[in-house]
Amino acid sequence: MSNTTTPATPRDQSTPKHGGKNRRDRANWPITIVLIVASLTVLVPLYVTVSMSLKTTEQAVSGNAFSLPWPINFSSFAQAWAMTDFPRAFTISVLVTVATVAGTIVLASLASYAIVRNWDRRLFRWSFFYLLATMFLPFPVVALPQIKLTGIVGLDNPAGVALLHIMFQLSFSILLYTAFLRSIPDELEESAKLDGASTWQTFWKLIFPLLAPMSATVGIFAFLISWNDFMMPSLITSDPSLQTLPVLQNIFQTQFSNSYNVAFASYLMAMAPAIIVYLFTQRWVMSGVTQGAIK
Amino acid sequence: MSSTTSIQPGASDPVDGGQSHATGTTAGKPGKERRVRRIPNTKKHRIDPMYYLFLVPTLVVFTLAITLPAVMGFLYSFTDSIGFGEFDVIGFTNYIAAFSDPAILASYGFTLGFSLVTVIVVNVISFLLAVGLTSRIRMKVALRAVFVIPMVVSGIIIAYVFQYLFSNSLPAFGQAIGFEPLATSILANPNLAWLSIVFVTAWQAMPMSMLIYIAGLLAIPAEVYEASSIDGASGWKQLWTITLPLVAGYVVINTIVSFKNFLNAYDIIVGLTNGGPGTATRSIAMTIFSGFEGGDYAYQMANATIFFIIAVALALLQLRVTRGKAAL
Repeated sequence: MSNTTTPATPRDQSTPKHGGKNRRDRANWPITIVLIVASLTVLVPLYVTVSMSLKTTEQAVSGNAFSLPWPINFSSFAQAWAMTDFPRAFTISVLVTVATVAGTIVLASLASYAIVRNWDRRLFRWSFFYLLATMFLPFPVVALPQIKLTGIVGLDNPAGVALLHIMFQLSFSILLYTAFLRSIPDELEESAKLDGASTWQTFWKLIFPLLAPMSATVGIFAFLISWNDFMMPSLITSDPSLQTLPVLQNIFQTQFSNSYNVAFASYLMAMAPAIIVYLFTQRWVMSGVTQGAIK
Repeated sequence: MSSTTSIQPGASDPVDGGQSHATGTTAGKPGKERRVRRIPNTKKHRIDPMYYLFLVPTLVVFTLAITLPAVMGFLYSFTDSIGFGEFDVIGFTNYIAAFSDPAILASYGFTLGFSLVTVIVVNVISFLLAVGLTSRIRMKVALRAVFVIPMVVSGIIIAYVFQYLFSNSLPAFGQAIGFEPLATSILANPNLAWLSIVFVTAWQAMPMSMLIYIAGLLAIPAEVYEASSIDGASGWKQLWTITLPLVAGYVVINTIVSFKNFLNAYDIIVGLTNGGPGTATRSIAMTIFSGFEGGDYAYQMANATIFFIIAVALALLQLRVTRGKAAL
């Protein structure tokens, strides 16, 4: 465990930046060039998405995928916007994702705190292993009964999707939180409690802020899984007008068929938010993913 | 100031218990005054009921949302239910039928085979990228940022983008160079369609393993390389004799984590081939979900149970391996 925590801190990873400061070795240009070429496999599909969405329908249908759009045509965005009712799907996606991220962070951190501080109690100890069980349980295994049950209790909608996203994120998040909580010395809480803080206050005012780095990791994973998921919302939500953005792309496939520019405009609008969020939070995403994945 | 309280619960009891009680913890019941906070040698500490509030609601929802459906599915797998209405218990009939069902066997064959190939592809590529990105290169930050992008893109949406490229641009390229297998869409070719799924799945899974490898590579002390440089080793030799053995643990983690994810393959396949052509690329998940429509509800629950057993075996393997690594 100890050897895995060291490399995960973001500062460690950014040290190679100093390479620019004329250290003893020169930059390795052959590797740089190979990597730049390799990065085209990532950039070209994104370029195609952008350029296709800016083409006119004739251009998109007849020309090749890599040609530059000319004349630049923004109307496909308006068409996709109206056709898929983008604002509604976007709102639903945001609500599901926000609920998943907030719910996962709050429920997992509270449960982890209770578990770690009462480890000598059988209920708490067993709850830990019980909640970790979803690590053994892929969604497809329980999907059919879940579709049935959510239908019965009226959760065959985005709220049910968010709830299930949270429940499937619990095991991984609790594993991260409990590992971190065990490293926080008890003395810290003892003094807070001597000062008259209740367990509730101690958690929110003292422990929860200390958990911030773990919450970032947990939140990033919850965000990526919830925002990009297709499988669960497509199966759980019964009303197509309440679907999230990824599912919408599937629903509108037949209507997209003859106008690639509209289809790609729609794909771009659905992909862009996550990419933009990523570009602004790169450092946390990278360190968070590394930390979470290695645990 | 109270660093000793943890060791001597008896001494701090009256003060501690009295105060937290006064400030209104939910310790409303009588007899809560004497609180022994730390774990004493002989008896259990009294517990603040607030802790139950932190945990029990989550346990209840978890049980209803995960455990109940899991148990239901398991029980249904021994019946002939079609998802509603009356049904009879038929024992292991579903399981016996599943083991000789060509559709189910084909989906396991496809999913396991595709997962195995993709795991190898992802590991090789992400390891090489990680080595490249941790060496002395220019534009390190920008390049790393670009290579992580596939992770934040929705699987089904990028699959639609690639579906267009595979069915339009790639055949055009194949015709241009006169290479027969690529001249028509590989998505429509039952023998090649799976390659497109390997490609897009690897494309999306690569950043995660790459970041794990980068972490592993950065954990190798620079002295190790310096020492081997003095001994005359360099470049490829260092990669094979020093780097690779030292990140072996990360290879194992990456292999198991990605294999587990690929077994659930669904989103990308829906976007690329939707299981086709025919049923050539139908994954286990797709077969299970078909039970929702075809009246195969109980039958596919048996399939799901079999899938569950495989997933558990893999998860146990993962725990074993990662725990073994932690002990190192």
